[in-house]
Formats: sequence, structure tokens, C-alpha cells
Amino acid sequence: MSEAVRKKLKEAPKTWILNWIVVFGLAYVVYLSLPYIEFNGIFEQGSIIARNIILGIFKPNLSLLIDFSSKDAVPYLMLETVAIAFLGTLFGAILAIPLAFLSSRNIVPKKATYITTFLIAVIRTFPAFVYGLMFIRVTGPGPFTGVLTLGVSSIGMIAKLYVEFIEDLDKGIIEALDASGCNTIQKIRYGVIPQLMGNFVSTTLYRFEINVKNATILGLIGAGGIGGPIMFALGGYRWNDLGALLIGLVVIVLIIESISVRLRKKLAVGE
Amino acid sequence: MNWLKELIHPSPILLGNGKSIQPKRSPSVIIVPIVIFLVLGSAIITEVDLVALFKRGYQFFVMIVRMIPPNWSYYKNVITPLIATIMMSVIGTLLGAILSLPLAFLSANNIIKNKWFLNINRGAFSIFRTLPVLVYALVFRFIFGPGAFAGTLAIGLFTWTIMTKMLYELIETVDMGPFEAIESSGASRLKAFRVAIIPQILGQYISMMLYNFEMNVRSAAILGYVGAGGIGMLMNEKLALREYDKLGLILLFLLLTVYIIESVSRLIRERLN
Repeated sequence: MSEAVRKKLKEAPKTWILNWIVVFGLAYVVYLSLPYIEFNGIFEQGSIIARNIILGIFKPNLSLLIDFSSKDAVPYLMLETVAIAFLGTLFGAILAIPLAFLSSRNIVPKKATYITTFLIAVIRTFPAFVYGLMFIRVTGPGPFTGVLTLGVSSIGMIAKLYVEFIEDLDKGIIEALDASGCNTIQKIRYGVIPQLMGNFVSTTLYRFEINVKNATILGLIGAGGIGGPIMFALGGYRWNDLGALLIGLVVIVLIIESISVRLRKKLAVGE
Repeated sequence: MNWLKELIHPSPILLGNGKSIQPKRSPSVIIVPIVIFLVLGSAIITEVDLVALFKRGYQFFVMIVRMIPPNWSYYKNVITPLIATIMMSVIGTLLGAILSLPLAFLSANNIIKNKWFLNINRGAFSIFRTLPVLVYALVFRFIFGPGAFAGTLAIGLFTWTIMTKMLYELIETVDMGPFEAIESSGASRLKAFRVAIIPQILGQYISMMLYNFEMNVRSAAILGYVGAGGIGMLMNEKLALREYDKLGLILLFLLLTVYIIESVSRLIRERLN
């Protein structure tokens, strides 16, 4: 090593103290967490169950996996899951629009946005299954409850992302329309909607992807989708059925993801 | 039906200088029917029942009304599961974040040049990524028994899959100059990665970790519902017993916790960027 290099090397910031502080800090957090996260050893027969699950995935129940006529088979469950997620996302996105406008600082006074922003935070906090249990009182168990649940539980995130786009609105365009004599409706039609449409649709598609995955949560409360059968198959030790259902879930999520990614890319670069 | 014809085949616009312009057909001609078809199809499959929704919609608020006022004296029983939930997310996120670093290294196309290895690696992981955290929790509960350990592991695995993807996408955008310089001076790929790439991504890596942590606190609340530990187990119990005033307090505490964590995390992330 030449003298110049050695000199430069000595100038490097000495971070070892900080590194050790981080390492010890993390170790301390792990230590603190130990009483809360006890490891009780593997459950009786846990390793057998683990092996059976893996075997089930490689040897799925084929009659369940490729039965296109029965409503209890994987193809219909996949379709139902996507339908629930689609309608739920749409429902949430529509409800999110007014909420988002009401919490944008360039639309309403800043003080008023505190209230709506807080409302969005409250909506986001309730776990999805709590909404599910509330809606079950309204529409009973079934896929429609799933639609409502996913809808309401998506409002928070969608509205939060919409707000960012609304706050980024280019006022120049609206002023230009104003100067050329457009009325309010025309200003919205030609000034606001074109600016927001692409981003709104893109956000909604992204949430749709998430909702297809989240639709499994609905199974917990009997609100349709592929989640319920997964739970029952696990509880009933039907490993081959579980394998078929998990394969279905993976396939449908991959399909929706690839479609959504492609559409969003198109939206981002313009058609 | 003139407007319909205008929509499908717009008539040319005559400009002042005598030229005429053929306006493009609006894409909504194709998109709107598709969307209507999808909505109707989904509505049939999901048995949409708007009548029931309007008739019995007030039932939705019954539970909320019963949560007010929350049972304040119950707070002592809430604190421990709440801390357990946070701890589950902390350890799960840490576990996932640490494990994602080597895997992201092996999945970034500017570091690993072998296309085959890269595609197999990414493909396998994208399958794991499709499974929601709840499915992991369900499976782990069967293997490790009910409790926070199963939940932590589920969060860890889920975070691992997500962070790996976020991280290799980040690594692919870094400046490769320092990496190449160090590699050409004789250092191994791993060492060059540590010295040249880690410092570039460290800030965003921590930011990602915090972002995942926020998400995980939320999902940790759900995991308890399937018996994977944390405050969800308590919620499940109170829901079953219909003690909605206690449920109200639990949700209030959860709201506060999530709010504080999000605000702190956003502050730190803003400084990191």
C-alpha cells in the first residue's frame, strides 16, 4: 500500500463505536422481548405437521384443484376471491375520494384537515376482522360481507395516498382554464380529473393486489374467499386439500400481480 | 344516438387556418364497458345485496356504540399484550430485515451475473411472497403451538420476503463505480458489497425497516385472532364474550400505539431521506 492510500484510509470515519452501540442496542431489545415471545419448543407432532404440509403442497388434491363445476373447488374459490377483492377495492376507492379531498391542505383549511386525517387514521387502525364482525351483523356471513369489509378496510390507505396526489395538483392548469372562461364543472373535467386519474387508478390497482392477498383474512369470519377453506383444511388435517388451496392462492396472486404491474407501468408512462 | 356516434367515431375539428384535425377516439369507449362487465360479474359472484345493506346498515354501528365509553379500568390487562404485539413486530421485522440482506445480495442483477441462478432465486422467492402473513401464522401455529412465537416467526418470514424484493430493487439502482473500483483492486465481491454498496443503501434500508415495522404492528394485531399471540388474542376473547367496552379500550390503545409508532417512524424516515 502506498503512503497516500494509507493516509486516506486513516481519514476514514471511525464507526466502530457506533456499530457496537447498535449491536448492543439490538441485543438488548431482543433480551427485553424474550419474556413476551417464549419459545415453547415445537408443538407435539409439530414436525410431522410441517412435513405433511410440505408433502401436501407437492401432492395436491387434484380433483379439488381442477374441478371447474363445483363451488367448493379451487377455481371457483379463486374467482370468488378476485371478485370480492375487485368490488371491495372499488367500493373503498370510491369512498376514499371525498375523504381524500376533505383532507388535502390545498382544498380545505389546514385546521379542518386535522379532523379528517385523524378520521383516516382511526379507520386504518381497526383490524379488518373487526370490520368483518361488524358487517356480519348487517349482511350475514357470505362473500358480500367480504366485499364490504375489504372496502372499508382499504379506505384508509387509499385515501392517504390520494391526498398526496391531490396536494400535488398543478394549479397553473386550473388557472389557465379559469382565464379562458371555463366554468367549475369544465375546470374539474379538463383540469382536475386528467391530472388525478392516472395516479388514482394506479393506486387503486396496487390496493387491489394487496386485497387479493388480504382476502384470506375474510376466511376467519366466514366472509367468503379462499381463506375459509384454507383454515378448515388445516384444522381438519386435510393436507392434500391444503396443498391444492395454497397452490390456487399462489397462482391467483401471481396472475393478478403481473396484470396489475403491467397496467400500472402503462399508466405511469402514458398510453 | 348522435352522441354515441360522436364517441365511437369523433368528427374532425376545423381549425382557423383551414386545416382539419381528426381527434383520437377516447380510450373510455373500451374501458368503460370492460369495467361495467367486471363490476356486474363480481356483483353476481359475491351476491351483492344492497337492500339488506340499506335496511340493516345501522347494525354496523351497534358495536361501535357499545364500545363507548371504553372500560378504562381494564387498562392493566391491555398493556402486557400490547407490548407483546410490539415486541413481536420488532423481533419479526429485525429477523426479516437481517435475513433479507444476504438474499437481496444474491438476487440483484448488478452483482450476480448468472441469469439462471438469478431467475430461479427470484422465482422461488416470489412464490413465498404471494402468501399472506396470515397463512404463515396459521401454519406456524400448528407447528409451534399457539402463542407469540408463531406470530413472530410469521412476521419475520413475511418481512423477509418483502424486504428482499425492496432491497434488491434498491441495490440495482446504486452507483456501481465504487463497487467496481474496489473489486478491481483485488477485493472479493462480498467485501466490495460491504464496503461500496452497504453505505449507499444503509439509510434507505433502515427506512424500509421502519416502514415494514409500521405495517407489521398492524398485522400483528390480526395474527392474534388465529392464536398467534399479541393483542389480537385478547380482542378475539372480548369479541367472543361480547365485552365491547373492553374491546373499545383495546382498540383505543392500539390506535394510540400505531399513531405514535407511525409519527416517530415518519420523523426518522424524513431525516434519513
